[in-house]
Amino acid sequence: MKMGMKTLASVLLAAGLLQATAAVAQTEIQWWHSMGGALGEALNGLATKFNDSQKEYKVVAVYKGQYPESMTAAIAAFRAGNAPHLLQVFEVGTATMMAAKGAIVPVATVMADAKEPFDPKAYLPTVTGYYSDLKGNMLSFPFNSSTVMFYINKDAFKKAGLDPVAPKTWKEVLVAAEKLKASGQSCVYTTSWPSWMHIENFSAWHNVPIGTKQNGMGGFDTEFTFNSPLHVRHIAMLGDMAKKGLFTYAGRTNQGDAKFSSGECAMFSGSAGAQAGIKKTAKFEWSINFIPYHDDVKDAPQNSIIGGASVWVMGGKKPAEYKGVAKFLAFLSRPEIQMEWHTTTGYVPITQASYDLTRQSGFYDKNPGADMPVKQLTNKLPTANSKGLRFGNYVQGREVIEEELEAVFAGTKDAKTALNDAVKRGNEILRKFQAANK
Amino acid sequence: MEKRVVFRSAWLPYVLLAPQLAITVVFFFWPAGQAVWYSFQLQDAFGLHSEFVWFDNFTYLFSDPHYLESFKTTAVFSVSVAGLGIAISLLLATMADRVVHGALIYKTVLIWPYAVAAAVAGVLWAFLFAPSIGIVTYVLKGFGVDWNWIIKGDQAMLLIIIASVWKQISYNFLFFLAGLQSIPKSLIEAAAIDGAGPARRFWTIVLPLLSPTAFFLLVVNIVYAFFDTFGVIDSTTQGGPAQATQILVYKVYHDGVKAADIGGSSAQSVILMIIVIALTAVQFKFIERKVQY
Repeated sequence: MKMGMKTLASVLLAAGLLQATAAVAQTEIQWWHSMGGALGEALNGLATKFNDSQKEYKVVAVYKGQYPESMTAAIAAFRAGNAPHLLQVFEVGTATMMAAKGAIVPVATVMADAKEPFDPKAYLPTVTGYYSDLKGNMLSFPFNSSTVMFYINKDAFKKAGLDPVAPKTWKEVLVAAEKLKASGQSCVYTTSWPSWMHIENFSAWHNVPIGTKQNGMGGFDTEFTFNSPLHVRHIAMLGDMAKKGLFTYAGRTNQGDAKFSSGECAMFSGSAGAQAGIKKTAKFEWSINFIPYHDDVKDAPQNSIIGGASVWVMGGKKPAEYKGVAKFLAFLSRPEIQMEWHTTTGYVPITQASYDLTRQSGFYDKNPGADMPVKQLTNKLPTANSKGLRFGNYVQGREVIEEELEAVFAGTKDAKTALNDAVKRGNEILRKFQAANK
Repeated sequence: MEKRVVFRSAWLPYVLLAPQLAITVVFFFWPAGQAVWYSFQLQDAFGLHSEFVWFDNFTYLFSDPHYLESFKTTAVFSVSVAGLGIAISLLLATMADRVVHGALIYKTVLIWPYAVAAAVAGVLWAFLFAPSIGIVTYVLKGFGVDWNWIIKGDQAMLLIIIASVWKQISYNFLFFLAGLQSIPKSLIEAAAIDGAGPARRFWTIVLPLLSPTAFFLLVVNIVYAFFDTFGVIDSTTQGGPAQATQILVYKVYHDGVKAADIGGSSAQSVILMIIVIALTAVQFKFIERKVQY
């Protein structure tokens, strides 16, 4: 018996060693991400597909918690000298990552060094603009992108005696809101991600700047400018709607999604990625539409900007590993892979080729509205005000905006004071970032 | 007469102390020292560039009205949590002390919440009071109360106070019950014979004899409200809305971990450290003197 145990142990040990040597032959690429649930499964699917397609490299995808958590984890790991090769970072972390020269390697460099084909022009201009420097070098690899959309509950519209068609302008939204309220709708309009929708995308959609220096893309000495009369007017309108019970505040992240899909709220602005959840839970007819605009603003609507995340290549790794990273990123850029990611997750197809491929496949005919986000993102060629934003420490900056907006929606501050305060506090954060990243 | 253990060997006492000292140094002094060091630095998130800036982080903090506001928020929160926690648990302990039948059941049930993790307690209360689906919200609506702590700061504050107090009552209850049981029955009976009613007996005999316990609990509860309520806040309001529930310790976490502002966050930790040292000093000074009677 004792002998048996020993033999068993040595066999197991030998097997383990064999497996270990097999693993050593492959170059491992660590990929930290924040895709939980169904999205995580889709992401793992991509990694597995890549691993099965060749033998040299093995991508190990690790879920590290939500966006801020995985970024924090990677920063801590970098400080301790064992950062992953690839890190998925949400759009507001872009400036922080970009400023960390030495901690990251621009994707354009990685691809050029490995002689992998990579064409930034293949991507939608709104996407390229967001993740490139001013010279047009792609800094990070666009991965999951979405944008903010406007959803309506058609059944609630019919009940209120309205045509089940989404209002196009904020004027029309107000008219519809009054009627919905009168029909007994307890929550008329709500939103997820208030700053993303009502400051960032609002600015792009109306072609007004969020900050100087091309929304921060032109340098760290940028300043916020979202306290313009147009911004004040818009936020004041929302504050007024809140007072009249036409707008229900749901919270700073995606809490609005559930309020809409449960039928509580009749109109809703939220991520294009909310579609999947709504499809699953909503027991009513709904539609996905362009976000409303103020029709007296010249040339509005412009185009909306993306949200979501991109993949950054971390610095200080071996050349062989970077080769694997480049191969993997080239794999991810393939139209059929992009299409698979787009159709399974609801994120926007970010290359023109994958968009065309998806259209040809008939996906949009079967899923009406699924191409609305791309159409909104490419509504017009992006301007300096609408190609994206890049503000240092914007995790903090956005929070300042959210706080001040909350004060307006709670009725404790008027829109003008709140936006002025947000700009002032935001600029202090920008100066601090500038000083820390000289 | 003082009792003294005499070690014959010169090094043995140090060896015996070493593990505890090592833990203290590694887990307390080292990080605390680092916090002090970082509080004088301006650093980017990745630690690639850092600059010694003297007291800039501190002057920035004290010129930030939101940081000063956070002191006020912390004061309101801590005093409410400590006050309510102590008052309610004292009431419950006095009741439980008088129960004749099923005392064990009452006591067990009252001690139960202490075993619940702070984050779980937070989620539990957040669910009960959830603006759309909460059962308490539903009842409150019936009374015409518009309950939405997502946007109403005072309601958010109330929510985290309730959750934090609920979690701390058990701890206070245990101490009060032990305190009550150590009061000699003869004293109370004597007072009863002299014609003092239950209320009178409580105010003139029980309460003064419980005062050392109460003072100890006051200090412990304030420290609890300062630091241990992090889980409750992080799982419910996360400091919002509009910073209405951003107490000092939450701001340290938020600025340091979420916003990657190491210098500013360290400066706040140092200030908090000074507050704790002051609180501990007070505790030693008063409790040591008052605890012997």
